[in-house]
Amino acid sequence: MIDRHLQHVSRLGHTPSRLRLAGTPIITVLLGSMLTALPLIAQSAAMPPFGLLVLLSWRLLRPELWRAWIGLPLGLFDDMMSGQPIGSAMFLWTVTLIGIDLIEHRMIWRSYRQDWLIAGLAVIVCIIGGVFFARITGGGDVRLLLVAPQMLWTILLFPFVVRQCARIDRWRVMA
Amino acid sequence: MARPPSRRPGHNRKAQYSLFASYVVAVTGAAVALLLVVVAIFDPTGFAGLRTITAESTRPLSAGLKNMVSGVSSVDEVLAAYWRAGSQNVGLRRQVEADRNHIIEAKAISQENARLKKLLKLVDEDQSDLLTARLISSSASSARRFARLNAGRWQGVRPGMPVRAAEGLIGRVHTTTPNTAEVLLLTDTGNIVPVRRASDSIPAISTGGGDGSLEIRALSAGSNPFKPGDLLVTSGIGGIYQPNIPVAVVVRVQGEIAWGFPIANPSRVDAVVVERAFEDVVTRPDPAAAPPPGGVPANATAP
Repeated sequence: MIDRHLQHVSRLGHTPSRLRLAGTPIITVLLGSMLTALPLIAQSAAMPPFGLLVLLSWRLLRPELWRAWIGLPLGLFDDMMSGQPIGSAMFLWTVTLIGIDLIEHRMIWRSYRQDWLIAGLAVIVCIIGGVFFARITGGGDVRLLLVAPQMLWTILLFPFVVRQCARIDRWRVMA
Repeated sequence: MARPPSRRPGHNRKAQYSLFASYVVAVTGAAVALLLVVVAIFDPTGFAGLRTITAESTRPLSAGLKNMVSGVSSVDEVLAAYWRAGSQNVGLRRQVEADRNHIIEAKAISQENARLKKLLKLVDEDQSDLLTARLISSSASSARRFARLNAGRWQGVRPGMPVRAAEGLIGRVHTTTPNTAEVLLLTDTGNIVPVRRASDSIPAISTGGGDGSLEIRALSAGSNPFKPGDLLVTSGIGGIYQPNIPVAVVVRVQGEIAWGFPIANPSRVDAVVVERAFEDVVTRPDPAAAPPPGGVPANATAP
């Protein structure tokens, strides 16, 4: 081979398969939720909710990709993987997606910072909601201070995750 | 940058209906999800059966990864041990000398104990251990503290069984699937364990703090009897945990509450032991194997 870059000729004109177009975002969200399967015995709520982060990234990157109901199946899977009661992420994610739909019309200018702000608010709502649901379903007295660090680095992690999603998105639409 | 193109479908009727229908589905689904949570208030393990699919399918992955990293988790301890090898060696040698006498004494006491039990005709078979397994993953992103055990219903694990490590108590089994089980860790805010001080049997209740610590409240009225350094063990009250499993060491006292840390760290222990519930061990359902009349009260009223 003369030049190894010649191997990757971008095949313009070829449409990617439907599975790749529709399936890739869903699979990345599921993988994000599945990170709790790592062999890590956490002593506090330390790991950011990666499923939620990936979902928000796709929603803000590609507004036309999903309707709000996508939060139901993806949230159900996240509930099955995390220790939250079943229905917790289902409810919170769907409500968050409806909320993003609502405020999107009211914002005149949108840039990366506004996206981060929206994602930050969504993360705060979902984590506080998760604590509330954990508390009422037999979790005892869970203090909000416990999840404050998790909230902080979930918000700080959003730019990284959205960039990875954009990278995957480029691969997704290029055949 | 201007905002992204509006999702409003314009005058296309079909698109309008489709968008409206999607919101109807979303809102209905959210209401159903809320209902599921309400059901979970009254029956926390009700829909846990749904977890069977994911728990079973991720089990090989988690177990395989756990096997790979089980040595890595204690690498900091090993390095720290090298740091002060010389002085530590001297200190440990002195302690071994001091402990030798205690061990001889303890052996004599246990021998005497066995002889006295024989005199009293007490049957004390230890049939509490069920199996040994590994903790393979946990609810790292949730506010609850669950760990997943690599053994389940088909191996005989049942909800409510206590789980311990060699060092001390880990928690109890919350739900089971065919090959995995969720363990409610000692540090979960919903896990309450009756304990007593090892030295003088002052009863107390330990509740998880959610961040790796334990909140310990004495049951006696008056001033807080605990002080830093106190060792707490299970009291056996409540019928789940065997008495005398080490639970925690008190590190700080603050008014009515004492804060402790668990002796067994679930992220460090290599394997855990699932035991039968204490009540099932002392009150045998099988009438043929019933203990002599003196046996049950003597065990059940353990301090």
